[in-house]
Amino acid sequence: MTLTEQVLARHAKRASVVPGDNIWVDVDVLMTHDVCGPGTIDIFKKQFGAEARVWDPEKVVIIPDHYIFTADAYAHRNVDILRAFAGSQQLPYFYDVNTPRYKGVCHIALPEEGHTRPGEVLFGTDSHTCTAGAFGEFATGIGNTDAALIMGIGKLWVKVPSTLRFVFEGTMPPYLMAKDLILHIIGDIGVDGATYRAMEFAGDGVMSLSMEERMTLCNMVIEAGGKNGMIAPDETTFAFVRSRTNKPFEPVFDRPDAHYETERRYRIADIPPTVAKPHSPDNRASVREVAGTAIDRCYIGSCTGGKVSDFLAAAKVIRGKEVKVDTYIVPATTEVMREISRSTYEGETLLSIFQKAGCKIAEGASCAACLGGPSDTFGRLNKAEVCISTTNRNFPGRMGSKQSAVYLASPYTVAASAVAGTIADPREFL
Amino acid sequence: MMETHIVGKAYVLGDNVDTDQIIPARHLVYSLSDPEEKKRYGQYALSGVPDAVAGLPGGRVPFIPEGEFRSPFKVIIAGKNFGCGSSREHAPACLQIAGVAAVIAESYARIFYRNVVDGGFFIPFEAADSLVGKLCTGDEVTIDVASKTVTHAGTIYALRPLGDVETILEAGDVFAYARQSGLIPTPQPVGTPTAGRTAGS
Repeated sequence: MTLTEQVLARHAKRASVVPGDNIWVDVDVLMTHDVCGPGTIDIFKKQFGAEARVWDPEKVVIIPDHYIFTADAYAHRNVDILRAFAGSQQLPYFYDVNTPRYKGVCHIALPEEGHTRPGEVLFGTDSHTCTAGAFGEFATGIGNTDAALIMGIGKLWVKVPSTLRFVFEGTMPPYLMAKDLILHIIGDIGVDGATYRAMEFAGDGVMSLSMEERMTLCNMVIEAGGKNGMIAPDETTFAFVRSRTNKPFEPVFDRPDAHYETERRYRIADIPPTVAKPHSPDNRASVREVAGTAIDRCYIGSCTGGKVSDFLAAAKVIRGKEVKVDTYIVPATTEVMREISRSTYEGETLLSIFQKAGCKIAEGASCAACLGGPSDTFGRLNKAEVCISTTNRNFPGRMGSKQSAVYLASPYTVAASAVAGTIADPREFL
Repeated sequence: MMETHIVGKAYVLGDNVDTDQIIPARHLVYSLSDPEEKKRYGQYALSGVPDAVAGLPGGRVPFIPEGEFRSPFKVIIAGKNFGCGSSREHAPACLQIAGVAAVIAESYARIFYRNVVDGGFFIPFEAADSLVGKLCTGDEVTIDVASKTVTHAGTIYALRPLGDVETILEAGDVFAYARQSGLIPTPQPVGTPTAGRTAGS
């Protein structure tokens, strides 16, 4: 069995499963947030009763992150609903707004708080829940109805996916990031190339990546239609997880009987800095092919490109220069925010590097303009503007106006474009 | 329970219509249970689709008339990967709230498809051969749910079998299915609507 099949079989209490099996699996963690939590809670109460208790308060994690820094009254009402529910259900893992516990973007907050563990099953009411596959677990996005069912019974039906395996050979050159690798793959297989399938990443090129970079790879499997991402756990994984939680976990490892639907092999040395042009994540080009393209702004943030290592990469390019277009810096979580004000590059904090360069720094950690959001959202594209962004999706209107256009790229490439004023190859700045 | 026949006007869209086009993110703040607030999901359904491709082949056909909450179009015809992107259940819900009874796509994105089925919002058919280019926005169509066909002006087009999910669609939603499977021990409270109908009624 593949890694994904092993995790699902164990959680269905079966000796084995094969792709296509419909099974009910036991859930280790259910995550929801301010956009989908209220609807989930509503369905849960209707189906199980107004006084019903969640199946296991230790396993329900609620992370408000989407619409936090806005004047929108409905958005605040929705966080109030989460707060009331977490209070009445006595949920220990509610990361409330305006408290020291507030985290920000759920997919980065989950590992920071020790909720991602090898061998487990994680469902979340957000398509980028697949990010946690980087920890060697089965993790995927679901809707309100499925989440409400899990809240009540701790189980969900799943169709076992077949696995597409992507093997990267070689080491990462200093101008390349996991974002380039995943944009390259999506360009190859298309935005529906992995529909109903698991995408497993392997090879020395992947296993030499940090956890944050592995998360970037798994984060964007949904942009190829994938059900879940998966990377076998190793010492890098275990070191990260053990630094964040004492909870026990049972990892799964590669087995010789694993059967993959396809296996693609890439030499990292062959992959250039890559973008996805408007208006689709599979509209691939090398940065060189689009260098010089006019842009109105740059955006560095989100679950895909708003982690500490993403800002370190951007700071390496930006240090000592001024940005020539509006450049938005949106740390994914409060921990990332603290870290960029402490971590240094060449003796200067990342925050200072961005401030001196003239970047616009978010007042708080959240999803912000990655998905547009309410009209007063920080960094939102409110008119026919062109943006190059470290985020994950660039379908029409994703970051706001239907008239806007978004290029997706790595933090290196976005930073290089910020200091050049047009789309630029990071190799010219590193 | 599923309707036996679905009769209405078609609204035709292209490939990769993602959830941000189906319901733009700024609208995801409204309650899905408050009857007045919920109508806004109908009002803004498909409002993120670029004008040039809104209602093929000509485009520029509003799915929802100005100031209305319901659509004159009951059936959506779409290309590949319909509903890709976010896991927001507001996407299938808004189509149902607008009055959609079936979508016929060449293919679906997985989470959207799952949400349609488990929430019992409408029937997600797949066409054996893409109907984009064969049907026009405004065409009157009749879907025969049992025989899996759609008819327009005397021409009959084949739909694919619904497969494993037909059991859930026939049960009504995933809660009804889970009760049938013995996974929810208590009966559903009397008079409580199912999740999908809650969002759409």
